[in-house]
Amino acid sequence: MNNIFVYCELTEEKTIADVSLELLSKGRRLATELGVKLEAVVIGSDLKNIEEQIFPFGADVVHVADDKRLFPYTTLPHSAIVLNIFGQEKPEIALFGATSIGRDLAPRIASALRCGLTADCTSLEIGDHFENKTQTEYKNLLYQIRPAFGGNIIATIINTETRPQMATVREGVMKKEVYDPKYKGKVKKVDAAAILKDEDLVVEIIDRQMEASKINIKNAQVIIAGGYGVGSRENFRLLYDLADVLGAQVGASRAAVDAGFSEHERQIGQTGITVRPKLYIACGISGAVQHRAGMDQSAQIISINTDPNAPINQIADYTIIGSVSEVIPKMIKYYKSNSK
Amino acid sequence: MSFRIIVLAKQVPDTRNVGKDAMKADGTVNRSVLPAIFNPEDLNALEMALRIKDQRRDCEVIVLTMGPFRAAEIIREAMYRGADRGYLITDRKFAGSDTLATSYALSLAVKKLEPYHLVLSGRQAIDGDTAQVGPQTAEKLHLPQITYVEEVKEVTEKHIIVKRRLERGVETVKSPLPAMITVHGSAAACRQRVSKLLMKYKHARTVTELQNETKDYTELYDQRPYLQLQEWSVDDLNADVSMLGLSGSPTKVKKIDNVVFVHKDSKKLTASDEDIDGLMKELINSHVIG
Ligand SMILES: Cc1cc2nc3c(=O)[nH]c(=O)nc-3n(C[C@H](O)[C@H](O)[C@H](O)COP(=O)(O)OP(=O)(O)OC[C@H]3O[C@@H](n4cnc5c(N)ncnc54)[C@H](O)[C@@H]3O)c2cc1C
Ligand SMILES: Nc1ncnc2c1ncn2[C@@H]1O[C@H](COP(=O)(O)O)[C@@H](O)[C@H]1O
Repeated sequence: MNNIFVYCELTEEKTIADVSLELLSKGRRLATELGVKLEAVVIGSDLKNIEEQIFPFGADVVHVADDKRLFPYTTLPHSAIVLNIFGQEKPEIALFGATSIGRDLAPRIASALRCGLTADCTSLEIGDHFENKTQTEYKNLLYQIRPAFGGNIIATIINTETRPQMATVREGVMKKEVYDPKYKGKVKKVDAAAILKDEDLVVEIIDRQMEASKINIKNAQVIIAGGYGVGSRENFRLLYDLADVLGAQVGASRAAVDAGFSEHERQIGQTGITVRPKLYIACGISGAVQHRAGMDQSAQIISINTDPNAPINQIADYTIIGSVSEVIPKMIKYYKSNSK
Repeated sequence: MSFRIIVLAKQVPDTRNVGKDAMKADGTVNRSVLPAIFNPEDLNALEMALRIKDQRRDCEVIVLTMGPFRAAEIIREAMYRGADRGYLITDRKFAGSDTLATSYALSLAVKKLEPYHLVLSGRQAIDGDTAQVGPQTAEKLHLPQITYVEEVKEVTEKHIIVKRRLERGVETVKSPLPAMITVHGSAAACRQRVSKLLMKYKHARTVTELQNETKDYTELYDQRPYLQLQEWSVDDLNADVSMLGLSGSPTKVKKIDNVVFVHKDSKKLTASDEDIDGLMKELINSHVIG
């Protein structure tokens, strides 16, 4: 069997993005289980010693394409390089972050290779498959697992025939874990100049304004998350008030984001951020599977909901049956009176 | 030659407000109560196209949608807002297509409309949030792609300059034409229906829709041929059937699991002062907060 590849994304500071380190960690486990090697692909410029950031996560080979035309990221040159590497190495599995870059690049690669791609997986596993129609047994496929539209349903997606088996995963879904701080693999230099053609370089970046993210709910210890049941953007203020008092961050469900109550950067769930805080307070959130995918590993969950039968209540440690607008001011009041 | 813009638009179930009534007892969504809507970011894409059309005399906006017969609603909706015409790509053989097969079919339809300058799509469709069809269609057409576009800064026959919205900022990018652009939800919202256009196109129908009409439209359609909406089948696109539908879709659903809740023994509280007071004390004492 061929190897597992992870496309490693660079941050503005030319470090490997967290989401890629998380994927390397997952990739290492999968590679060990399958008895294959883990390979990383890094594409950018001024990448001296970049492999040192990658080896501790268990990469056996790091492909480095270093050329000043390769940073910042643009679609065509990066896909030309990835396709060149994949064409030679024929990966069994290829993983990309579900980021602005990964979601731009991975579908382009999948289309060129005519292979399947599953977006926003919440879990990746190895397993077998027996195809009844053709009576064929497939061993050691990548199970690409993600919530499916339609209630509380989780779908397992497979690719039986095409390779690589491709998936994107959001930041925070997989755990970042150093495999061995002293682990050393091989570096393979990619000759970018020989691969890039004029037609790969037609899109030109005229200007970039990047800012450090202001919202940092990924690492928050306490999160107050609001859903559609919060009712309005004004009511969302209550959540900020509570967050200020508790030193917490504010998150949101997709319905709340779609309704304009909150920014997209705060969305928690399968297509938002995955969080694991000490305490998650779900305010007016019903608890659809796509939302739970991003928060069900919280240590403690409090649900505030007018509906005693809201699905979120079933995974909550405390359920407060009541209205957000009544409960939150009381939480603020009694936190203040008790914390002195 | 006129400046031709093709907009890819999809009809989707409205997943945004899947309320309690949309849930069946077994926990699955009752699709039949979900209204079918114009995918929100495709409306942003339509608006972007219409704004280019506003600036140029010689511009035509064509909508392409692939789906069941009722997806013809998307074409009419787009025409009420200013699109010139549209094509419904529909065939049983498309059923079960994943994003790869969908983009193959869409790319064949786009090719039929050569020469064009721009192909616009939404960033993603809310039924799957995959955001794959845009880039995959671009690859099949060998077009440069610019994803997550928020605003067009400049457009000529030869190139386009746009602003992209990324996770951590914005980028201004220049690309030669033809190009594929996927439009971000932060782009300008779509204009409302224009009543004059509503009057003009409200009888527009596809062949299949006409068959189900009781009224005889023959005379009306002889006078106003633009009311006839075109349907394209697999044969019209000269498509390779093995690249469509289930056989053309490398992703297969192995299984679907209902999520079984591990019921926690949750403490039930009310909104009363005693309960909230007690809760805050517990949280503080156990050092969860404070
Ligand atoms: C492809 C795809 C991806 C998705 N990704 C995500 C994702 O990443 N994150 C996400 O969150 N969702 C996601 N969703 C949407 C998800 O399926 C649900 O639609 C969404 O999570 C519902 O949000 P909600 O719980 O805020 O709203 P609702 O389901 O409308 O629930 C509102 C809740 O508020 C309660 N309520 C009403 N009034 C009050 C009040 N005054 N006080 C207290 N409670 C009140 C109601 O009883 C109800 O339980 C996705 C869907 C799809 C199809
Ligand atoms: N069946 C379809 N018909 C027309 N356009 C589509 C179709 N499916 C996807 N698209 C376009 O591709 C975009 C991304 O879709 P998706 O990859 O499904 O998230 C959508 O916003 C549409 O513009």
